[in-house]
Amino acid sequence: MKVLNSWLHELLDAPVAPEAVAAAFDDLGTPVEEEVRLGEGLDGIVVAQVLALSVHPNADKIQLVDVDRGDGEPLQICCGAFNMAVGDKVPLATLGTTMPGGMKIERRKLRGEWSNGMLCSSRELGLGDEHAGIKVLPPELVAGTPITEALGIEPDVRWELEVNPNRPDAMSVAGLARDVAAKVGVGFHLPAPPSAAASIGEPVTWASSGPGGRSTAALPGGGELTIDVAAPDGCGRFVGRVLRGVDATAPSPEWLQHRLTELGMRPISALVDISNYVMLELGQPNHPYDLAKVAGATLRARRAKDGETLVTLDDVERTFTADDLLITDGDDVAVGIAGIMGGAACEISDATTDVLLEMAWFDPTSVSRSSRRLGLRSEASARFEKGVDPAIADLAADRFCQLAAEICGATTEPVQVDVRGTLPERPPVPVRTARVNALLGTDLSSERIAELLAPIGFATSLLEADVQVVTIPTWRYDSATEIDVVEEVGRHHGYRNIPNRELTEARAGRLTDLQKERRGVRRLFCGLGLAECQPLPFLAPGQLAAAGLDPGGIELVNPLVAEESVLRTALLPGLVAAVAHNHARRQLAVGLWEIGHVFLPAPDGQVLPDEREHAAVVLAGRDATAAVEAWQVLAEQLRLESPSVENAEVPGLHPTRSGRVLVDGVPFGIVGEIDPAVLARHSIGERVAYLEVDLGALFGAPRRSPAYRQISRFPSSDIDLAFEVPEAVSAVAVERTLAATDPLVWSVKLFDAYRGAPVAPDHRSLAFGLRLQAVDRTLTDAEVAEVRTRLIAAVEQAHQATLRG
Amino acid sequence: MIDDIRRIAAAATDRIAGAATLDELGALDRELLGKTSELSGFKRQMGGLDHEAKREVGGALNAAREAMAAAVAARRAELDAIARRAQAEAERLDLTEVRAGRDAGHLHLVTQTIEELEDVFVGLGFTVAEGPEVEDDWHNFTALNFGRYHPARDMQDTFFVDLGAEREVVMRTHTSPVQIRVMEGQAPPIYSIMPGRVYRNEATDSTHLAVFHQLECLVIDRGITFGHLAGTIDMFTKAYFGPGWNMRLRPAYFPFTEPSAEFDLQRPDGSWLELGGCGMVHPNVLRNCGIDPEEFSGFAFGFGLDRLAATKHGVTDLRELASTDIRFLEQF
Repeated sequence: MKVLNSWLHELLDAPVAPEAVAAAFDDLGTPVEEEVRLGEGLDGIVVAQVLALSVHPNADKIQLVDVDRGDGEPLQICCGAFNMAVGDKVPLATLGTTMPGGMKIERRKLRGEWSNGMLCSSRELGLGDEHAGIKVLPPELVAGTPITEALGIEPDVRWELEVNPNRPDAMSVAGLARDVAAKVGVGFHLPAPPSAAASIGEPVTWASSGPGGRSTAALPGGGELTIDVAAPDGCGRFVGRVLRGVDATAPSPEWLQHRLTELGMRPISALVDISNYVMLELGQPNHPYDLAKVAGATLRARRAKDGETLVTLDDVERTFTADDLLITDGDDVAVGIAGIMGGAACEISDATTDVLLEMAWFDPTSVSRSSRRLGLRSEASARFEKGVDPAIADLAADRFCQLAAEICGATTEPVQVDVRGTLPERPPVPVRTARVNALLGTDLSSERIAELLAPIGFATSLLEADVQVVTIPTWRYDSATEIDVVEEVGRHHGYRNIPNRELTEARAGRLTDLQKERRGVRRLFCGLGLAECQPLPFLAPGQLAAAGLDPGGIELVNPLVAEESVLRTALLPGLVAAVAHNHARRQLAVGLWEIGHVFLPAPDGQVLPDEREHAAVVLAGRDATAAVEAWQVLAEQLRLESPSVENAEVPGLHPTRSGRVLVDGVPFGIVGEIDPAVLARHSIGERVAYLEVDLGALFGAPRRSPAYRQISRFPSSDIDLAFEVPEAVSAVAVERTLAATDPLVWSVKLFDAYRGAPVAPDHRSLAFGLRLQAVDRTLTDAEVAEVRTRLIAAVEQAHQATLRG
Repeated sequence: MIDDIRRIAAAATDRIAGAATLDELGALDRELLGKTSELSGFKRQMGGLDHEAKREVGGALNAAREAMAAAVAARRAELDAIARRAQAEAERLDLTEVRAGRDAGHLHLVTQTIEELEDVFVGLGFTVAEGPEVEDDWHNFTALNFGRYHPARDMQDTFFVDLGAEREVVMRTHTSPVQIRVMEGQAPPIYSIMPGRVYRNEATDSTHLAVFHQLECLVIDRGITFGHLAGTIDMFTKAYFGPGWNMRLRPAYFPFTEPSAEFDLQRPDGSWLELGGCGMVHPNVLRNCGIDPEEFSGFAFGFGLDRLAATKHGVTDLRELASTDIRFLEQF
């Protein structure tokens, strides 16, 4: 919302410095996003009259203009615009002027002809965006008059404010003025146009709902006006008036055009401009129809029929559903979308003489839903969505009629038809002084609270000791409960006046065990020399398949781009892409890791996906063994119970160099090398080792107890055993058998694997080093030999292995 | 005889000192001090001497033997040192040629920032809570007091997830749903922070990301006021940014807090940094989580992490944070 200091001050009882206004906006939760100083730098610009126009002898796009700058003497100007005629009044920047944009005007030659100043467009004057031609001034102005005096331009300030959804009042100049006046302690008044019509019906409060229905009144000027609210749930109030004898061709006055332009609206025609002016000033969107085009002088608010259509003012045909609220005429033909945009058919034109004026209150939710569904937002819908003041229609109608009389010579029929639908209930709210202070951390008295609330229209009366009944003003649709009032008290008391307090309760802050372990895993991966990366969790369609995985991932309904439309089911696709990115830049052998969420289909009966935290390590330029080693140190770090690896074909990984990682026989992830087919699809020309585990599950996997195993004081004995083992038997299985056969075995280490003669085909030789030890004695040779025999027997029996000679 | 002994000893000492190798020295040792040596011969001849002469010759023999043994030991030590030195020379290494095969690894900027912030809040007595990134409508919106057609939903550009039910499942638009999960799962008092990844369906540029990170702080207890909110933000600001930093609160609007505020931080140089939003937890939110707002009150504040992380290291384009380029990752 934009606002002018001059407009604001029309509604304030005393002047307030612009700096104080801006500070108040910030403190009140309508912060200033932009401040522009207007009407500065126009000294030296005067009204001039065009005396003669002639062709520039050496240029097509420049003409020579002789002007009178007030002294009667012709002054030659070279001008690139051709939109003025002899006799027009135009703004002239005289020699020596510094323009609002900073340009300095000097006497100079253009293609051989002297130019003694510059004729100005609106934009060059800082008076709008118009730059197509020179600004032609009203003919009654006198040549030589300074432009500021001629146009009544005074220095002004324009603020652009951020307005939150809970401040419907801040969508109008009046609402902003009321809030600022209360904050800085000056009086506030609404505009007071003469009352143009005798209203039928009671003054409006939040509680004054009606059943809707039809109301017709005879117009003294002839005919009848009918308002029909057929959808009282969508239209809380509908006020109609008729204006006669309108000169629709009368131009809007400069001041009005100027204000609309500054607040970001384009001047169109006097009636449309007045309509917009009233909306900006009082926050009441309204719509003037050409009465002659409204069948039966009737406006009706009803729900649309499915598939019903209307061409709106922007010449787009809109199609509706039964949820949308339409305005129709006496033939029940649509003439507008309630609260959003009027139709093209009943638009005001130069031929319009009689106007039917609509001032209504439409349900915020209804307008919001239609606006969103149609993809059509307007200044009107923005206001109705937040909740317009249902009581302001009478004043807004009077204001419209006042301006239409002044500008277009309109006379108003002294009749107002006012039909009530459903308005929301806003019963008075009991507000406890103790509650206010308990939430704000203040020590305000009931009287002080009342003083803070009164100027913004929250009327209070004392119910009992330190409980006040607060009436919510009609312009605060957002407010309904005690906490809303507490916020208003806080806002106007000032957040900066609330003293800081420290939390005093002693508490032990800590990370959970899981969070500490996750940090440990991060450090471990760093210790492997790897860099953490955080690629987007969104994948392109086909990216899962390209990584060799099941192509089915959960999809976004409304992705930003198709390349980011699928939720990852594994970290693998993102990390393969990461390696490919680096590989393409000749950054080989990169090592990366990631810990992040993956999203699997929702289990039956669940709304949310099966979301898991995975950890992955990718080692370009390394073979599968590097990934297995990474798993082994991870398992060691987490003290996993019986961690192991089993060879297996795993989607996305190398068919013969990959497998699963297990804890106590249960799989928790995959390990190995990335499938050469996947690497080829990503143009990666090096082996890539890969480990991905379900970290969240791993944190819950069985752990070794950190129990102490006694260290022997006696010498140990080492033996080496090599077996010929079938390929189908994993090395881990043999190692486990060796470790479990006798308690005298302190440690088992695989130190060699050999394939080839004389080892039988489909077998390999696995060589283990074992250290035997007893805690209470030195082992004798006989004891060692006995254990060795049992170890050999155990392995040969369990694994179809044979001891090598 | 004594003269012979002294002459032999003197000659032997010279020969020992001249030994060039350990082998030569060993041979000399055997020749000069062994059983067949000249000195041993003198010892055998001593049997015919009288007591006084025996004592004198014996003394001379012992002195000669000790002198020669000392010479052998000294020469052996010299030859050992020469051999060790030669061995050392043979295995010389130039340490300036050594390059580590790998570096110490790298934590991502955002992870570093989250850990630093967690440490600050843990120090202030908070725990850390987590939740899913795909959320249902209840946790992301409804429980947080967003009505179905509430205009505030427009403030949050939402990614909807295709799981059959229309508009029921979303990529969480903020970390606030974790507040709901904490309050649903735990009775007050609650002193927790919730860092995490969040998603907004808005076009990305150098200062806006569609996937970014937030951290929220939630306190629910008896007697918590807006003053505590301001005091806690101030304490956090000074703990994380430094003692020269200040903060201010400006009225704002969020459906899940009331009164609500934006909080700005003032740098020591006086300039302002708009950081995040905050407020007193809305009574409807407390009720939605089964907490009586008449008994308990609380506050929440939250802010984006990515800009903090990027600014700290002079990263001017936030989109770099999702980069997987090793040239970016290994800088931090």
